[in-house]
Amino acid sequence: MFRLLKDKIYSKLMLVFTLASVSLVLLIGIGLYYKSLPLLHKLSWGTLLTSSEWRPLKGLFGFFPFIMGTLWVTAIAIIIALPLCLLTSFYITEYAPARIRKILIPFVNLLSGIPPVIFGVWGVLFIIPLIQNHIAPHFVEFSTGYSVLAGGVVLAVMIFPLIVSIVCEVLMTIPHELKNASLALGATKWETIKKVLLRKAKPGIIAATVLAISRAFGETIAVLMVCGNNVAVPHSVFDPGYPLPALIANNYGEMLSIPMYESALMFAALLLFIIILLFNIISRLILVRLERGLSE
Amino acid sequence: MIRRKLEESFFRVLMVLATIIVAGSFFLIVGTIFYKGMPFMNWDMVTKIPGGGFYIGKEGGVLNAIIGSLYVAGGATVLGLIISIPVAIYINMYMNGKNYVATGLRIAFDVLFGIPSIVYGAFGFFIMIYLGIRASLLGGILAVTLLVIPILVRTLDEVIQTVPKELRDAALSLGATRWEMSKVVLRQILPGIFTAILLSFGRAIGDVASVLFTAGFSDNIPTSLHQPAATLPLAIFFQLSSPIEEVQGRAYASALILTIVVLIITIFSSVLAKRFSKNKIQ
Repeated sequence: MFRLLKDKIYSKLMLVFTLASVSLVLLIGIGLYYKSLPLLHKLSWGTLLTSSEWRPLKGLFGFFPFIMGTLWVTAIAIIIALPLCLLTSFYITEYAPARIRKILIPFVNLLSGIPPVIFGVWGVLFIIPLIQNHIAPHFVEFSTGYSVLAGGVVLAVMIFPLIVSIVCEVLMTIPHELKNASLALGATKWETIKKVLLRKAKPGIIAATVLAISRAFGETIAVLMVCGNNVAVPHSVFDPGYPLPALIANNYGEMLSIPMYESALMFAALLLFIIILLFNIISRLILVRLERGLSE
Repeated sequence: MIRRKLEESFFRVLMVLATIIVAGSFFLIVGTIFYKGMPFMNWDMVTKIPGGGFYIGKEGGVLNAIIGSLYVAGGATVLGLIISIPVAIYINMYMNGKNYVATGLRIAFDVLFGIPSIVYGAFGFFIMIYLGIRASLLGGILAVTLLVIPILVRTLDEVIQTVPKELRDAALSLGATRWEMSKVVLRQILPGIFTAILLSFGRAIGDVASVLFTAGFSDNIPTSLHQPAATLPLAIFFQLSSPIEEVQGRAYASALILTIVVLIITIFSSVLAKRFSKNKIQ
């Protein structure tokens, strides 16, 4: 009898732990919303999102430059990473001999373990001089190298492992029969990839891309270190940008004496949270559906 | 026919090039860090705290940050484990692990995993103010714990799923309660728990944004939970922007130390994980 009681007590205790940790999603959302209320009372969502006026001392908080900064670096990162990662995944799953595959996959894993700040240091030491001295001079008169392009490149490398591992996993679950049928009809390997695998793996590729976008959106330190952090809407890839997470990281704790500033930073966090929450839910649902479709 | 063959070889070359870029970026990063960090590595770096202030002092090393990082990552991992093991057991042992609620919970933890660390940092700071804690070791540990819980839960969850169902059934059929069955399963997955610890520790030790406002920074090694603590990633971040060459050198050396630590952890955990994971979370 005592044992059953023990089981009951532990069961309830664990339920509490589970509910508490899951409700973190809600708690974070509510907490951030609550903290950004003062700002939302004063300015409407529309003004906050579309205004470019960032003058905290005058109480003007327009997030448009930061939103554009985030969009620029994310777009550059995806444009660079997606084709490279798709080609890599096809090579790993379809072409590479088992021996090479066994070497390649661990390296992708290792890349995913490197902390963001190391990517940032690499960006400062390698990408910035590269852009400043070798790439930018061909296109613009002067660039310090600290630009949305640098942020995009560093981010692209950071999301390589994410996209490659998901797409590889999706590709490996495609039935051999499909590939063999296409090959037996005389299609080359590339034609099979183009016409069979790409079509079949499309939901998985979309899920991986959406996940990668949300990762890129929230990445803070690495981007902050190479982006230039200038409050202005970037007009070319060589312009500096100021993404949302960098705004929070750079100013939190220092500027809190200015009225509404804390609220504004919490609003930035709330924006990030909402966007990333939506993107994550979408991609996870796609992936779960894929998995379920396979097991049935 | 020739056109199709050409297309095939063209894309094949493209694929090989892409693979070289993706896999090569790893070597490029680690190579850059080693190249810059090696000249500044010496015993002082890992055995002394910075002399004369971390931003201007030319002497000493980054022992404060190394110890601080170990405290933060270790503390967060331990706290995280205490919370995550019951959660993983509950999802799998008490909820059957297969129904819609369990799937929903898994998605929720995956989503939590995707939330950027800066949001955890901001939220952690909010909680700290609420509880009246100042930027300190304790604050850092709390914020990083939030960050590692989803990693721990999902890793443990995957590991528990690899335990054969027969084992659970055998325990149950002998009259064990679900809690007693869970103890049997826990013993089975000990190496898996170790993998989860490594993964969480690796993430915790490398993260900046979550400790930026919560852990503070200090030149000294913290002796209590309420003192501010330096961490390696923050030491890199702050010292890199210094105009003094020796201080920048400390940043490079710290980057090298952090990279080596993280690489060792990643290698260890992936060797261990190979035996367990079917689908790792990304």
